[in-house]
Amino acid sequence: MNYFVTLTLNGLASGAAYAALALSLVIIYQATRLVNFAQPALALLSVYTAYTVTQLTGSYWLGFAAALTAGLLVGAFVERVIVRPIARTSQLNAIIVTLGLLLVVQGGVGMVWGNEQHGLRYAFSYVGRFAPSDVFALVSVGVAALLLFALYRFTPLGLRMRAAAFHPEAARLNGVRVGLMLTAGWGIASLIGALAGMLAGPPFLSPNVFDVVFVFGITAAVVGGLDNPFGAVIGGLLIGLGKSYVSGFLGPELATLAALVIVVAVLSVRPDGILSRPTARKV
Amino acid sequence: MPLPVRHLLLAALGLAAVAGLLFVTGDLTALRVAAVGYTMLAVAGLQLLVGGSGQVSLGHGAFMMIGAYTMALLVLHQPSLPLAANLGVIVAVSVVAGVAVGAATARLHGPYLAGATLILAVGLPGLAHRYHQLLGGSNGLNIRTAGAPPFLDGLVTTSEWRALVVWTTVVLGLAALATISAGRLGRRMRAVRDDETAAAMAGVPVGATKVAAFVIASAAGGLAGGLQAYVLGTVTPGSFTLVLSLTLLAALVLGGIGSLWGALWASIAIVYLDVWATDLARAADLGRDVENNLPVVFFGVVLILVLRFWPLGVHGALRDLGARLRVAGSGTSS
Amino acid sequence: MTLPPLLTVEDLSASYGAVRALDRVSLTVPERGLSAVLGANGAGKTTLLRTLTGLHRASSGRVLLAGEDITRLPTEQVITRGLAHVPEGGGVVVELTVEENLRLGALWRADRRDRTTLDEVMDLFPPLAERRAKAAATLSGGERQMLAIGRALMARPRVLLLDEPSLGLAPLITRRILDLLRDLRDRAGLTVVLVEQNAAGALSVTDHGHVLHRGSVVAEGPSAELLADDRTRHAYLGF
Repeated sequence: MNYFVTLTLNGLASGAAYAALALSLVIIYQATRLVNFAQPALALLSVYTAYTVTQLTGSYWLGFAAALTAGLLVGAFVERVIVRPIARTSQLNAIIVTLGLLLVVQGGVGMVWGNEQHGLRYAFSYVGRFAPSDVFALVSVGVAALLLFALYRFTPLGLRMRAAAFHPEAARLNGVRVGLMLTAGWGIASLIGALAGMLAGPPFLSPNVFDVVFVFGITAAVVGGLDNPFGAVIGGLLIGLGKSYVSGFLGPELATLAALVIVVAVLSVRPDGILSRPTARKV
Repeated sequence: MPLPVRHLLLAALGLAAVAGLLFVTGDLTALRVAAVGYTMLAVAGLQLLVGGSGQVSLGHGAFMMIGAYTMALLVLHQPSLPLAANLGVIVAVSVVAGVAVGAATARLHGPYLAGATLILAVGLPGLAHRYHQLLGGSNGLNIRTAGAPPFLDGLVTTSEWRALVVWTTVVLGLAALATISAGRLGRRMRAVRDDETAAAMAGVPVGATKVAAFVIASAAGGLAGGLQAYVLGTVTPGSFTLVLSLTLLAALVLGGIGSLWGALWASIAIVYLDVWATDLARAADLGRDVENNLPVVFFGVVLILVLRFWPLGVHGALRDLGARLRVAGSGTSS
Repeated sequence: MTLPPLLTVEDLSASYGAVRALDRVSLTVPERGLSAVLGANGAGKTTLLRTLTGLHRASSGRVLLAGEDITRLPTEQVITRGLAHVPEGGGVVVELTVEENLRLGALWRADRRDRTTLDEVMDLFPPLAERRAKAAATLSGGERQMLAIGRALMARPRVLLLDEPSLGLAPLITRRILDLLRDLRDRAGLTVVLVEQNAAGALSVTDHGHVLHRGSVVAEGPSAELLADDRTRHAYLGF
């Protein structure tokens, strides 16, 4: 029983990172109907930036801020300069360009920082059951989700971004610069992705540290519904729990395959995720 | 001339071309020629799945892994079986895997299918660690396969012989793929790709067609993986990473979707961009970190540039060029 | 008394690939004018409006708004010059609430926090006021058209372009919308360009009409005269 409680708490803590990563995927999917497979690589770049800043300044929190800033800038840059000109040619090319980015950034990180592991410390102590770092993970993701909700729901920028995502032409006819909104969306999404990276990265960084994290992140997004930010957060926590139980009771090697089973099972019953709503758009 | 016969003739021509190439270039490039061969078979299978039936799979490397491990296990545990029988067993195993994956994912669409297959690509190598007694953990399995038969001693080297074996299998596989693609199943796949609802109303069994595409792709991928194990003599989970799966799909789009020629350019790109990047890093003495990562970065950069400037891939660009030359040619002659 | 033209279209051409959709169209709309653009399906009416607001690229010709050349401006900037465009079907964002749709219309304005325009629009369309917090998806066809026009008015435009506001609406509601346009012109001094297939209805409220046929202006004149001209009516307007 005690073991079960430990697994549950661990699962929730790691689920926070999956929720954040899923959220970053959903933000971009909502805006552009595109799954950004480069998201883990952008997070990787952000976290390595944090590593370097922390090494130079000795301050974890300066590194943390650097990671979020790097995420915002890199996400915006990548959308504007690389993804947009290619994504408009075809749906498949849009997927492939994010894969290309993934390869380039992951390899680039390996070139600059090397393939060997680097230590990156947690924000807070990680000792014990439901340690301060676990609490921090859950709280920071919760706060990020609330801020995001407020941004979209209550600010003019959020209204512009939603209009641009749902109905680009109507947005343009109301003076919204749709392209700029896409860039902003990618920036914000990558910032959240960087947060996910800062939570999931420690204790050791290596260029493919996020491969498995990404699997759970995308599982969370898919299970919650790619169109549903709320679903992404719930999905992330559920996947964190599921992964923790499978690892704890069956063995960690099977966790990713368990994710596959969950995805297939959920999508076979609900092809657009658990929380998908019937589409509101009527013609 | 019936289509299968024509494809077989083309296959024989292709094999002759490869043999000629090997004769000219010699032993050193034989391994690379073999690598282009099995990679092309894998990409061609993916081509049928993605270009033919419209199902985007990010997990094609998983099928290669299944084929490779099947080959290694057969060589280790059933050493008396001839190579052809091994390849036959690999196809059978891959078909079963294809049915399983295809049936499980038949209801998934678009990004959801891509996500699920991505998870497969990341998750499957975990099995090698989980069952390390049987599959050898991260060190994988090492096998020893027969070289050239004695009567060819001195005529061809072991590497050249292996390259020829690989290409013989590959051209037969490609001929089969081309025949399927041109036949009724191919037409059904394209109908499903263009519009599932319309295809269903026209009487195409949509679910079965999608599963069939997965089965064929899996067979091609498994066969390619088996050939890879045969050539390299070693199978490790580290060779079937997510990057491999992504590279296969990316190379397909880079080469040009919708044609076997695209698969050829794709496999050449996969093998040779890697070689060139490694040579370059070594020649420039850029250090180990750069050398290890340059191939994948180089590939990614080329991919993005091709997509940016030739959205239809290398094959599309060559076709455009050909058309333009023909127009120019007819313009001057008239 | 003739007022100077507010909107001037000079030799405007546009095409879809090899198909020419507009062929040297010229027309002027005076300040406080209420003009109809008429013609059959595919005559180029929608393309004309889309080219005016930059949603479609003009291949040649000019569009002047109060003397300023706006032909090459991107849509987002055309809007800020005072041109509002209600596209065919209204272009309501059904995922947003009624109020959010309306606020969207004024977002680009520096005085967007000023609520008087919002209150005025709500007064103008009582059904919208009742449903301001509801998703626009819940509105009826007529209410959506009201929302689309209301959103355009939120931008306080100088010229309002409307693409087939009567499409799919009951005759009574169509009538109300057409009367409203006249009212907006008379009371608020708005300039209106109305694209319609329902030529009889459009000519009954407008003061000037332009008839498009295969991308060219084939007839124009005061609405009353077009209405009385049997040949034009039979040949191009179908009634």
